[in-house]
Amino acid sequence: MTEISFLLNGAPVTVADQPPTRTLLDWLREVRGLTGTKEGCNEGDCGACTVMVTDAEGSRALNACILFLAQLHGRAVRTVEGIAGPDGSLHPVQQAMITHHGSQCGFCTPGFIVSMAVGHAQGRRDHDDVLAGNLCRCTGYAPIIRAAEAAQAAPVPAWMHADTSFLFAEISPGSGGGAPGAFHPRDSDALAEWYLANPEAVLIAGATDVGLWVTKQLRDLTPVAFLNGVRDLQAIEEQGGQLHIGAGVTISALLDAVKDRLPSLGELLRRYASVQVRNAATIGGNIANGSPIGDGPPALIALGATLHLRRGDAMRAMALEDFFLEYRKQDRLPGEFVAGVSVPGSAPALRCYKLSKRFDQDISAVCGCFNVTVEAGVITRARIAFGGMAGVPKRAAAAEAALVGKGWSLATLEAAAAAMAGDFTPLSDMRASAGYRMQTAQTMMIRYFHDLSGVPVSVLEVTP
Amino acid sequence: MSMGKPLPHDAAPLHVTGQARYVDDIPLPGNALHLAFGLSTVAHGEITGIDLSAVRSAPGVVAVLSADDLPDMPDCSPSAHDEPLLAVKTVHYVGQPVFLVIAGSHLAARKAARLGKVTYRELPALLTVDEALAAGSRFEQGPVVWAKGDAGRAIAGAAHVVEGSFEVGGQEHFYLEGQVAAALPQEGGDMIVHSSTQHPTEVQHKVAHALHLPMSAVRVEVRRMGGGFGGKESQGNALAIACALAARLTGRPARMRYDRDDDMMITGKRHDLRITYRAGVDAEGRVLGLEFQHLVRCGWSQDLSLPVADRAMLHADNCYHLPHIRIESHRLKTNTQSATAFRGFGGPQGMVGIERVMDHVAHVVGRDALAVRKANFYRAAAPAGASGGDISEQKKLAGGVGEADLTSRGAAGQAGSHVLPPDGPVQTTPYHMPVEDFIGHELVAELERTSDYAARKAAIAAWNEGSPILKRGIALTPVKFGISFTLTWLNQAGALVHVYQDGSIHLNHGGTEMGQGLFQKVAQVTAAVFGVDASLVKITATDTAKVPNTSATAASSGADLNGMAAKAAAETIRGRLAEFIAEKHQVKPASVRFVDGQVRVAGEVYGWAQVVAWAYQARVSLSSTGFYATPKIVWDRVRGTGRPFFYFAYGAAVTEVVIDRLTGENRILRADVLHDTGTSLNPALDIGQVEGAYMQGAGWLTTEELVWDGKGRLATHAPSTYKIPACSDRPRVFNVALWGRPNREDAVGKSKAVGEPPFMLGISVLMALSDAVAACGDGSVYPGLDAPATAERVLAAVRRQHV
Repeated sequence: MTEISFLLNGAPVTVADQPPTRTLLDWLREVRGLTGTKEGCNEGDCGACTVMVTDAEGSRALNACILFLAQLHGRAVRTVEGIAGPDGSLHPVQQAMITHHGSQCGFCTPGFIVSMAVGHAQGRRDHDDVLAGNLCRCTGYAPIIRAAEAAQAAPVPAWMHADTSFLFAEISPGSGGGAPGAFHPRDSDALAEWYLANPEAVLIAGATDVGLWVTKQLRDLTPVAFLNGVRDLQAIEEQGGQLHIGAGVTISALLDAVKDRLPSLGELLRRYASVQVRNAATIGGNIANGSPIGDGPPALIALGATLHLRRGDAMRAMALEDFFLEYRKQDRLPGEFVAGVSVPGSAPALRCYKLSKRFDQDISAVCGCFNVTVEAGVITRARIAFGGMAGVPKRAAAAEAALVGKGWSLATLEAAAAAMAGDFTPLSDMRASAGYRMQTAQTMMIRYFHDLSGVPVSVLEVTP
Repeated sequence: MSMGKPLPHDAAPLHVTGQARYVDDIPLPGNALHLAFGLSTVAHGEITGIDLSAVRSAPGVVAVLSADDLPDMPDCSPSAHDEPLLAVKTVHYVGQPVFLVIAGSHLAARKAARLGKVTYRELPALLTVDEALAAGSRFEQGPVVWAKGDAGRAIAGAAHVVEGSFEVGGQEHFYLEGQVAAALPQEGGDMIVHSSTQHPTEVQHKVAHALHLPMSAVRVEVRRMGGGFGGKESQGNALAIACALAARLTGRPARMRYDRDDDMMITGKRHDLRITYRAGVDAEGRVLGLEFQHLVRCGWSQDLSLPVADRAMLHADNCYHLPHIRIESHRLKTNTQSATAFRGFGGPQGMVGIERVMDHVAHVVGRDALAVRKANFYRAAAPAGASGGDISEQKKLAGGVGEADLTSRGAAGQAGSHVLPPDGPVQTTPYHMPVEDFIGHELVAELERTSDYAARKAAIAAWNEGSPILKRGIALTPVKFGISFTLTWLNQAGALVHVYQDGSIHLNHGGTEMGQGLFQKVAQVTAAVFGVDASLVKITATDTAKVPNTSATAASSGADLNGMAAKAAAETIRGRLAEFIAEKHQVKPASVRFVDGQVRVAGEVYGWAQVVAWAYQARVSLSSTGFYATPKIVWDRVRGTGRPFFYFAYGAAVTEVVIDRLTGENRILRADVLHDTGTSLNPALDIGQVEGAYMQGAGWLTTEELVWDGKGRLATHAPSTYKIPACSDRPRVFNVALWGRPNREDAVGKSKAVGEPPFMLGISVLMALSDAVAACGDGSVYPGLDAPATAERVLAAVRRQHV
């Protein structure tokens, strides 16, 4: 089967003979002539291309520029052209954006409208988070927030429910379907078998990084497998105090699952890119990608995560930190894939600190995660991991050693901070200098002490 | 009365439904071609070989052009004719277009552009102002020096001398819609160009020049831009020329848009500079004498750098009377993108210099920074009508013709001669312009009151006492921004108004819409003349065939110039209608009233459309052009003297911030703004401009950091690495009010220009951060923050403090 079928603004469409990595944005604009959805950056950072995608799990905002058509098989897409009612009546967020002067040049507006409409349907009130992935250069955002607040109490228009009430079976035959040259596994067994036979293939989960290989590096990817249909990798299960997180769990789903039990991890994930990216990106992709500045691994390592890998029928497990060998090189065999990760379901002393140029929708310059156990005033266990300090996400072994067995005091943490100089030789780049990285990695240790002592340490928590 | 109403942006219903059409959304015929540039990978080098065979054979490629194919290389420069469309023999920066791919799709063109093999013999690259200064690499022969009084002597005799130097970063425009153009070939070699440009006439001129056509054979249309901010004043020339060239070559329509990374690699940004200052002050912090040096990094070509650097000098005083001042400005030529216009056009850079001086002086003399600022303010405005000085104008005609970019701000200006007024009851600027309209005293007093500045400052000090890690800071900074193009002849505009027989009105003028709401404002002005609702006025795309010889929509001048021109056109038609209907009723035309969609004459009341229909049947012309030229201005840029500005726009902001002394992380907590838009033409649109400009100014001075590596490669060429403010960066409490008193000059509706002035309200963020950093120490070390004040720079400043 070489066809992709989905709903577009309420009408079924079938697409044939498109390359597997044709982006939704290009197809909308160049083939369908639906030019309301804009290209602002083509890398998922500005949100001008935001569309609403609905499936059995519900509706979410996604960036169309790094969303491949093949990922849409069996789902429903609503663009800005489909946010107004069939009779042309405006959605409450559209009317509010007019009334509250939320558009100036108007180029970012379609993306805002879609993000706002999804947030509105979900009853969201945290507009800053809902809109963190939409950049506006004209308004300074204040009128957009006024519009979002003005519309939030309005009922969700009936037509916004049309996609969820549609029978997906009608456009998603059980046999699958999909793009030519692409494999669409329905479970991890099928994936394991196929990947073993095609170890050179590219596995595409959320495409928030692989998308850029296509849109920025202009690579032709083949063969590819799209993992969004692999449901058995998308579960989070709790067992004996451990959370088993499937590799296909999105960052959004993970955030929902941990925000109460691991609030500091939740806060880190809240600042992980943007809603659109979190809705697509998976924790498995974040790990397998091997980036030294991904935000998942330092936190998971500090938690003491166990990584689960699968190759064919063979499973193996390892401490997550051992997976990262050197820059962009992981302990992963050909045909082997990340199946999941297990972490303790509770860690009261876990604190995750992310430093970036901008608070939201930015990549860490330094991400430091601290998890120190103190018993009877003495440090008995310390797990400290950093992103941005080395070619891989890495534990601060010397600093940890300087802590264990010592009394919990500012002096102890200062000594450990000093010891950290032996752990890392960070680089300078456009995000931060090596000196700043080392200074702040060390001062995070001081922050950690004050933080656990209840002293306010975050500028984000200060109110005017 | 439609003027003064807070109407929404005219295109808002189209924006929110995705119907608003931008250049890349315009459907082109199926045979349209798409273009991409192949870019230089070295900062300075001689091209030793270009192998484009792989490009030519790539799928979808129709043609590939390099300098070898174009002996008659088109020029893209708005000033010095120093920007060949494609590099000729030498490349001057990383990102310079070297070859042009013409292909069947945007993606095919981009892919093929990666396949070019260009070899270089690398030459030494000048990347920094220090390197350029040492090498004597500059535009103009030497530094431009403007002086008033004797700064050296005044400083020598002062109680304190305050010296320093700091870096002011550049800024990427990050218009959400990237650069884009499309060209459609017409019969007889004519060309229609759609361009996302603030300056259609410039594009028309450059395309005509490239194709050896008269300007009359090229028509440029601009319905809207997805943001401009100055970045589309000259930077769109290359795309429009490339499209026209491809269209000429193939006979097919051609479109070009830059991918975001290409856009950021190729196009110019705000000028970064280093400002060095030496001020002599008295015990109260009054500046007696001041010397500034501006080292301006202009990039590889001249573009608009000379007037930008001029405007930086013109705003080195901001709101402060500086009796003895010397400003030395070096316009340095480097192997980087050619820095260009960006909202404020050098003004923000000049202004942040003097605000830094005030902040530093306050630290040295131990006074509150606001008290020092106020002690240095210009004297309050004289009553309207009083003349501050005697400037006798003697304008000369422009000389250049043919290739000269007469409508570009980069054009060489002509000197106007005039007599310098002395500092009298009305004080003069460093360039000897009397400041007749200074409202800073009242405006700042009002903002101090509404923002509760004094009490909050005390509360912040107390809060900081009890907060070991987080520290707050607060600052109030004022703005005085000069309104007019400094190239005097650009201060003109035209409009075209038609009234149709059904009473509907068609409006066209020389201004372009980039989101600022210009079209709605001018429509409101036009509707007010006819006494009809603004919805009766059809807003139409800027079109060089309707209104010729337009100036760029820049320098905040859009509404001032085009509003007046449209008003003149509408008044001509209204005059004809009044004459016609008055004659019918045997009354004087002046007694006819056009209000509320009605025409009232001799006790009778007629519907607007009825009168129009009668006038048509009576063979009255219902179409007119209108024209406006700003009065009073005269400027000699060589001597740095005159009245370059029709008037000043004012404003002030109080910003409160919090910083983390362990990491340097910082955020804005609250901002209170009071801004002067005269009698606002549309307060909703004006507040939108003020809010947006504040945030853009705040971004410039905080998170928006441009980083070049040691080879001259821009490392921050996408939103993943270049961080404009996001939603949560806006102040949680953001109070914006308009001053609301009429402009004392006869500007349209007694309003004031609003595009650029509020950008500089963002300077209050940098100064508040300085205040917070100072709170980390014992008061002995001045924070000395560079801009942008990223978390890293804030932490560095905190670490310089003595505890």
